Amino acid sequence: MINILLIIIPLFSGLALFLIRNDFVRRNLIVVCSGAHLALTCLTWLKRSNPALAGWFMFDNVSIIFLTITSILFFGASVYAVRYLADESLEHLDEAEKPQIFSREAVFSGCFLLFLTTMTIVIASQHLAVLWVGVEATTLASAPLIYFHRTKRSLEATWKYLLICSVGIAMALLGIFFLAVANNNHSDLLLGKMIAHAAGMNIPWLKAAFLLLFVGYGTKMGIAPFHTWLPDAHSEAPSVVSALLSGALLNCAFLGILRVYQICIAAGLQAYCQELFMFFGLLSIVFAAVFILKQPDYKRMLAYSSVEHMGIITLGIGLGGSAVFGSMVNMIGHSLTKAGLFFIAGNILSYFKTKKIGEIQGLIRGEMQWSGVLWLVGFLIITGTPPSGIFFAKFIILKQALLQKHYGMTFIFLAALAIVFIGMARIFISMTQGPAIKIVGQGDLNKHNRGNAFLSLVPSALFFGLAISLGVYFPAWLSKALAIAAKELGGL
Amino acid sequence: MNNLGDFVVIIVLLMNLMMLSSSRIRTCIRIVAGQGILIGCMPLLNDFHLILPGMVISASLSIILKGFVFPWLLFRAVQEANIKKEVEPVGGYPLSLLIGVMIFALSFWLSTRLVYTKPLVSHLAAPVSFATFFTGAFIIVSRMKAITQVIGYLLLENGIYLFGAAFLSEQSLLVELAILLDIFVAVFVMGIAIFHISREFDHIDTQKLSELKDSIISKQDI
Repeated sequence: MINILLIIIPLFSGLALFLIRNDFVRRNLIVVCSGAHLALTCLTWLKRSNPALAGWFMFDNVSIIFLTITSILFFGASVYAVRYLADESLEHLDEAEKPQIFSREAVFSGCFLLFLTTMTIVIASQHLAVLWVGVEATTLASAPLIYFHRTKRSLEATWKYLLICSVGIAMALLGIFFLAVANNNHSDLLLGKMIAHAAGMNIPWLKAAFLLLFVGYGTKMGIAPFHTWLPDAHSEAPSVVSALLSGALLNCAFLGILRVYQICIAAGLQAYCQELFMFFGLLSIVFAAVFILKQPDYKRMLAYSSVEHMGIITLGIGLGGSAVFGSMVNMIGHSLTKAGLFFIAGNILSYFKTKKIGEIQGLIRGEMQWSGVLWLVGFLIITGTPPSGIFFAKFIILKQALLQKHYGMTFIFLAALAIVFIGMARIFISMTQGPAIKIVGQGDLNKHNRGNAFLSLVPSALFFGLAISLGVYFPAWLSKALAIAAKELGGL
Repeated sequence: MNNLGDFVVIIVLLMNLMMLSSSRIRTCIRIVAGQGILIGCMPLLNDFHLILPGMVISASLSIILKGFVFPWLLFRAVQEANIKKEVEPVGGYPLSLLIGVMIFALSFWLSTRLVYTKPLVSHLAAPVSFATFFTGAFIIVSRMKAITQVIGYLLLENGIYLFGAAFLSEQSLLVELAILLDIFVAVFVMGIAIFHISREFDHIDTQKLSELKDSIISKQDI
């Protein structure tokens, strides 16, 4: 029952939002709906419900972690979106909107909840073809979100996102068909049944299927060299959408790969998959390091940092052993921190009206001081400074790499992390230090909106707090849940 | 396996080559629609007693979508975006055709690597479906207009569908309908995007969509 409610509530509220004309009702309905989703997620932790719809929708040990991350992020984002939409409508008050069937904000709110629906479908589905349908649907639900500003640049980003991800996901569909052939048409594509039948699978077809699915979902996940849509979409989308793309969507695509990996483990192909994971993981980290170093745009910088973290997570899964646990911790830490950072980036963008790093300085002194402080805190967490959860995660992954005597890989990994740290430190320090720039007129707008300004800081602060607490105090129930999930994903 | 199946599959293959050599967008849309109809018929070419009612429903739906609805959406986009010029392949038509033939050779080699023992509608189904898939991918990267990229995407989907029709006997109807719905919405959303591109930029040349990029050596001062 809970499984179905988690999908149905955002679905119907999302569809209803297209029709609601009152701004106040619309904005609050998003928060209420995301809150209900979060509450249901908590219920799922307390009592794991039975599979629904012929076993197609169920939350197992792995997916419940993805569900929790997504649900928390969406709730934070919905609170942030209230302020964001209010600011946007104030700014565009004088622009007479062209007559359209649905207003810009109605499309945004509706697609926001449909995006949540499709991601929940991806996470919940035990049927691999349904999972594919969900992943493709996330692309379609989020494309209008990226095009929210209706500028040439956002249109270009939306087109690249639509086309590159659709082609990638089409490859994944071919991969799923390969998987069915590998399974000798024995049963339908239910995960549990496929794992049970894995021993009798046709190995060459299964290998090809994994490769296609890895490249296909990897495109959506932002694994280098298939990540090319990612910086464009993240930089042009509204910041609240970038936060969801980076923190929730990339993980969901990764879940698609992990599902096939579970089947491959059962079929005895673990070593083959691990090599792929390690190679592309390391490649992503190196790619990101190169592009972060001289990045002139702070939102693109955050996007490349996501590519780096997806690389770290993939590398951890590839190393196996305790590194899988590290990957899970890194995933949680990255999602929370990166979403928080994108929220702050949105505050900075709405004040300074520029994404150029060179045009911003003195953040911690000016009117944006609280955003400036959080911007620095976020930087320290995302680069893995102790005592954040990400430090803890990277440490476990490094330890596992050394244990397995991958010395060359450890060296490249550490060197790339150092480059990322230096590149990001330069950007964050030049933005926060120095004399403050005062933008005339912007202060008045903020005063007008003081109560809402508070809402723009709270989600980030909470997310950062959670990310730090992962490194200081790791609750026993969470560590147990992660350990069980890691075990199912070929770890210890 | 049976002659009719082979015949259909070979026509699908020839349509790929026609696609690569034709210069007009409207012709390309017609080719991809015709190919969609042929591939939609594939599941019905099995032995008569193997055909289930579910297969008939999904086949007819996919024929309606691929043969009529998608071309209609694309023709409308052509009209609204006022596209008159030709397809403009990067590197010209002879090179495109040559690459098309090379793609077919590669697909044959690939299909010999993946062994399948059960009887199929046509033993050419695997290489032709791979060839259609890769031709679609090639059109996406080598053609400049947004609309030709969508046509490439449809060709790619045709390849996947041909593979599914030939290799997978029992599929859940609901899943198939969901996949079709997804592709339908994808084409629909892409059509809207093309309309916006043509309105904003006065052209739909995606090579000129290049404001967003990164270079390792950045010229801007930071």
